[in-house]
Amino acid sequence: MSSEAFSATGNQMVADAFRQADPDVMAAYPITPQTTIVENYAKFVANGQVHTEFVTVESEHSAMSACIGASAAGGRVATATSSQGLALMWEELHIAAGMRCPIVMANANRAISAPINIHGDHSDIMGTRDTGWIILFAETAQEAYDNSIIAFKVAEDPRVLLPVMTTLDGFVTTHAMDRCVLEDDQTVAKFIGQYHPLYPLLDTDHPVAQGMFANLGNSFMKAKLQVRRTIEGSLDVIKEAGQSWSDICGRPFDIVDSWGTEDADYLIVALGSMAGNARHTARMLRAEGKKVGVVRPRVFRPFPAKEIAQACSHAKRIAVFDRSDSLGAQFAPLGAEVATSLYNEGLSIPVSNYVVGLGGADVTIDEIKSVYSDLADGTGSGTISYLGIQE
Amino acid sequence: MATFDVDSFEDWKPSDFPQGFVCPEAGNSVKYKTGGWRSRRPIWDPEACKNCMLCWVYCPDASIQVKDGAMTGIDLDHCKGCGVCVSECRFGALKMITESEAKEA
Repeated sequence: MSSEAFSATGNQMVADAFRQADPDVMAAYPITPQTTIVENYAKFVANGQVHTEFVTVESEHSAMSACIGASAAGGRVATATSSQGLALMWEELHIAAGMRCPIVMANANRAISAPINIHGDHSDIMGTRDTGWIILFAETAQEAYDNSIIAFKVAEDPRVLLPVMTTLDGFVTTHAMDRCVLEDDQTVAKFIGQYHPLYPLLDTDHPVAQGMFANLGNSFMKAKLQVRRTIEGSLDVIKEAGQSWSDICGRPFDIVDSWGTEDADYLIVALGSMAGNARHTARMLRAEGKKVGVVRPRVFRPFPAKEIAQACSHAKRIAVFDRSDSLGAQFAPLGAEVATSLYNEGLSIPVSNYVVGLGGADVTIDEIKSVYSDLADGTGSGTISYLGIQE
Repeated sequence: MATFDVDSFEDWKPSDFPQGFVCPEAGNSVKYKTGGWRSRRPIWDPEACKNCMLCWVYCPDASIQVKDGAMTGIDLDHCKGCGVCVSECRFGALKMITESEAKEA
């Protein structure tokens, strides 16, 4: 049962998803533009709307450490962060995944210093892409809500037991008002279900040691391989959870959201909020008879390589928009993933990579049009450029 | 909870490990014999020992064996030969000798 449509920010919607999941523990530290997620959640705690033990910590390093401890103890755990805060958590992120702690964390995607910039881009989240966390990207406030609910279901699935990041773009999605609906509390509680931890430290009848040493022989490699196979396999669990949530709420859940790909010659691949602008521009160009399309992965880890290759298979040329850069690399993170996915599926389609919207810079309709026109002209293949910046 | 034959873990495939590399068998560090790390060992003189238990307090490897409040010996399977017990003993009841001296004796 959905609520009436109402206006809400992405951060309000994430806080409500967390309220409905009612975690046992939340340990969090405030940082722009994540702050209102935790601020809203602290109100739910103060008002007795949730049974969560809220831990105020002195840094994000401590926040993630406390979350890992609570998760190892056997609790359902959630937190939220952004930018420098996510960077400060970096060493714990590996530990959370390696110890198979199904923590759910919202990230308000934001630029990383220097220079200082508090606005939205994907530089923070891309710095965590190799940690073993499942990473979901929302385009809208509504999707931030849906992804956050699916995140608990996937993280706590016995076939997965991995931490999940549910991300939304700083300010554009975290703070802008959007048309949203909420499913009712019982529906969400029933969908997510009870969490049954595998080796909870508080189960004193079955004592275990967690955070083990693997310093001899090849047991360290075996441990890492187990996590790799698990996160690869989690794609099917995400599909399954997304589909059953979609059946309940009536909103679509596609691992890769494809628009116009059946017959498009030129495609833009983009993550998160900017895909809306790309689709809007593509619609305008379609009205002029141009065969263009947009591909948006909703899941970045595990990377849906086959689904991306399938969505791109009919295109003549592809532009990948990256809202972060991998300085010194051939391509930025999404560009490299897309190019590798095409290569591995035997598709030789020219790819150009555009770094766009860093530090909250707008990705405008005119700029997107210029990219489609570059694709049609065949300029820019195999190169990386900063969109809209003259060198 | 699944059971694991921890003694054969070196033969396990990646999928055989408990998730999160958890050690599912509590208290099994006793199976790991750290005595082989030792180059010197403590020798105990029961005649001089007053059972003050200072060595027991200080030993970082729980290798001072005690029964009914009295010292009974040293667990050489786990003693790493750090010599802290000898340094703390007030009564000359403990001394260190090298492993080669121990072999000759």
